Amino acid sequence: MTETFYDVLRRQGISRRSFLKFCSLTATSLGLGSAYAPKIAHAMETKPRTPVIWLEGLECTCCSESFIRSAHPLTKDVVLSMLSLDYHVTLMAAAGHQAEKQLEEIKKKYKGNYILAVEGNPPLNEDGMFCIEGGRPFVEILKETAADAKAVIAWGACASWGCVQAAKPNPTRATPIDKVISGKPIVKVPGCPPIAEVMTGVVTYMLTFDRIPELDRQGRPKMFYGQRIHDKCYRRPHFDAGQFVEHWDDDAARKGYCLYKMGCKGPTTYNACSTVRWNDGVSFPIQSGHGCIGCSEDGFWDKGSFYDRVTDIKQFGVEANADKVGGTAAAVVGGAVVAHAAVSALARARNQTGIDVPKEGDK
Amino acid sequence: MGAYETQGFKLDNSGKRLVVDPICRIEGHLRVEVNLDSQNVIRNAVSTGTMWRGLEVILKGRDPRDAWAFTERICGVCTGTHALTSVRAVEDALSIKIPENANTIRNLMQLNLQVHDHLVHFYHLHALDWVDVVSALKADPKRTSELAQSISSWPLSSPGYFRDLQNRLKKFVESGQLGPFANAYWGNPAYKLPPEANLMAVAHYLEALDFQKEIVKIHTIFGGKNPHPNWLVGGVPCAINVHDTGAVGALNMERLNYVKSIIDRSKEFVEQVYIPDLLAIASFYKGWLYGGGLSSQAIMSYGDFPDKANDHSTPNLLLPRGAIIGGDLSKVHEVDLKDPEQIQEFVNHSWYKYADESKGLHPFDGVTEPHYKPEGPNFKGTRTKIENLDESAKYSWIKAPRWRGHAVEVGPLSRMVLGYVQGKQYPFIKDTIDAVLKKLDVPVTALFSTLGRTAARGIECLYCADLQVSQFDKLMANIKAGDSSTANVEKWDPSTWPKEAKGAGFTEAPRGALGHWIKIKDGKIDNYQCIVPTTWNGSPRDGKGQIGAFEASLMNTPLAKADEPLEILRTLHSFDPCLACSTHVMSPDGQEMTSVKVR
Repeated sequence: MTETFYDVLRRQGISRRSFLKFCSLTATSLGLGSAYAPKIAHAMETKPRTPVIWLEGLECTCCSESFIRSAHPLTKDVVLSMLSLDYHVTLMAAAGHQAEKQLEEIKKKYKGNYILAVEGNPPLNEDGMFCIEGGRPFVEILKETAADAKAVIAWGACASWGCVQAAKPNPTRATPIDKVISGKPIVKVPGCPPIAEVMTGVVTYMLTFDRIPELDRQGRPKMFYGQRIHDKCYRRPHFDAGQFVEHWDDDAARKGYCLYKMGCKGPTTYNACSTVRWNDGVSFPIQSGHGCIGCSEDGFWDKGSFYDRVTDIKQFGVEANADKVGGTAAAVVGGAVVAHAAVSALARARNQTGIDVPKEGDK
Repeated sequence: MGAYETQGFKLDNSGKRLVVDPICRIEGHLRVEVNLDSQNVIRNAVSTGTMWRGLEVILKGRDPRDAWAFTERICGVCTGTHALTSVRAVEDALSIKIPENANTIRNLMQLNLQVHDHLVHFYHLHALDWVDVVSALKADPKRTSELAQSISSWPLSSPGYFRDLQNRLKKFVESGQLGPFANAYWGNPAYKLPPEANLMAVAHYLEALDFQKEIVKIHTIFGGKNPHPNWLVGGVPCAINVHDTGAVGALNMERLNYVKSIIDRSKEFVEQVYIPDLLAIASFYKGWLYGGGLSSQAIMSYGDFPDKANDHSTPNLLLPRGAIIGGDLSKVHEVDLKDPEQIQEFVNHSWYKYADESKGLHPFDGVTEPHYKPEGPNFKGTRTKIENLDESAKYSWIKAPRWRGHAVEVGPLSRMVLGYVQGKQYPFIKDTIDAVLKKLDVPVTALFSTLGRTAARGIECLYCADLQVSQFDKLMANIKAGDSSTANVEKWDPSTWPKEAKGAGFTEAPRGALGHWIKIKDGKIDNYQCIVPTTWNGSPRDGKGQIGAFEASLMNTPLAKADEPLEILRTLHSFDPCLACSTHVMSPDGQEMTSVKVR
């Protein structure tokens, strides 16, 4: 019999009191309120420790690196107590045949019950051999492993949208995983990388409630990706007041004014950076003086320079009056967001990332 | 190529062929094939980079001020080092001078990366090659405590602490769900530590996992996040304001104190946990001195950490630059990234084509024409199912870079040896190495080994932790002297740039020498080339049959058990391979293999 999550915690010497405290912290960190704590506790007392297979395709390992930065819960506790990280090339002790055997065993033993977490993406050009694992194309291993998964998590911009290797002209035809995996629920957790506590937040949510979080139209959890960085940005009052940084290190920069004119993509980016913040809440890009580069948005590499303004205000002839800039820009940006959302996924993939979407029946 | 001799190694591929793929606990995708003789000694080694992303081609036509963000995504483990190399390349091309504070803050971020990366490498990517987790279950917690207290004053060392940990570990193992520890080589005779040392090391594996997330907060404060903090051509994006209204929106006294606190804690952890563990582990393995490879004969470093801003000359670098060739430690050669005679890349055994493959090409003149075709008389398998590669043909996605025709090793060992032989300029390095050698009671030649490479990384981590302190003091002294400047925007606008420009940028990434070469035309990137540490170390053979550092390091190593290649992992991990970095040049349109000219 597989142990429950609670059994595991108890077995590891964690008291009931600490366990309940953990549950209420989890509830709070997920924004669910303390009323949910008993529900989480009940779920954890009755559910087994879920196996996780973590595959890496074309990527840079920033997602794994981010994951191990999680402060609440600690990665140590996630790996030892909350799930069973049974295959993860960057962290696992085994290698070669023993690693391949481990993958096969987990797939068989937990058929239909494991979570597949994917970092990076498969390249489809050159028969997939731009990313080789065990002498075979990564895309084959990905498809095989997805076939028996319970659910799939797409970590980061690579797995979700394609990211940097899929930027024009996407030479390897790096392809987001939802274009090669079908028939499985896929949770996209974009960002380059995603915030550590968002990653562990999504995983613990899935383990706790035994379901995937509610997703938006693009497949992202609404709980963390439902709001624009701009709307929760602590520098927003400066935007509304028309107080902008005009040059790097100018007086306005030293006062922490709005970075909109320096190209900040906060107005078109949906992520939790301005609320959860980074590395245990220490800061986030805007707080440290650089605009948001929009790294959780689809095709963010191909939307012009990171230092171009989101909307060229000059075209609208409002720059003359600094007081008017904030309000007008907000209206313009709002329009851009609506237009952005209206673009179909297919067109987006073709036009912005240079990805050819494989037709049904293609290999 | 059957049996032949190169660089002092006798290569013989007639014995049993062993394949290790995937090599885990590294960044990216790597495959190794070796031939063993009847005594299970490695007599031939073949290392293959098995991934490819094509970033340089993607950069073409883009804004040079954006290049740092693209190249930063080459690697999320050594995060930031590509970005720094990139902004230096752009600034070199456009003759942009950065403020003193920007230079110091960049140094602090890069030092911070070294400290973090070396620590994570030692505990989370490398320790399990030396430490047997299962053996830790047999340890006596009281004796473990005595051991820990005898080597360090680190407070988490009571018998109760180790007992609790051992209980947690025991129950974890008993659960049968071993997670990342499953199916490894526990109990292999190549593990030499007593159970108590294993338990102590496992405890510190977990402590280091907790602590590493603290170290990177220096990146978060200056660059907004980690992994992948933000950088800026012309300086750094974080403005300084310690005196006036609005200081809370910039680097203020609270933020600077935060940085200082992390610097102090990091140094403490390195001094009290990492270094004592390293010495304790090394003392049990000092009889196992395989894996030296090229390190005793050919090493290279570009150097890093300019003490004064904008002076990239060798004497101003706090981490040494230079090359040693032919094992002559008395002669340090000058290294110049822009000299076309020095750095060249060859493709005789790489899945690329040159018009004339007898010649190497300098990155400013580089050609990249991909040519994926696994072949050769000894190749087994198909195009999409490789069983055995043939090293007499093309066999890797990595090119073969050479310095004045020599295959060289790069990385912490190369840098520390260069510092050691120039002890007058680098007394900290010289003195620390001498102290370590004395403590372990081994000769200086012991440095040229897998263990020496691992030790050099620890020594460098200590050096960088120490440099963080002096660089921070320097930042504060400069601010106190009235200089708050962090960015030079004179040439921010592309209209101020010359029509054409080219430049090179360098850093010493945690894994070794990293160079970017950029050509700018009409305000856009005309061409971009990177040669990264793992391209040097993971290099395949060249036209002369010279082997690269990975391959050389595996030569003549005996395996305790042929079906458990623990020693192969141990030696490869000692380099801290990073494959996403090493293999990322591609043609612009996939199947249509067109040549990319870089001039």
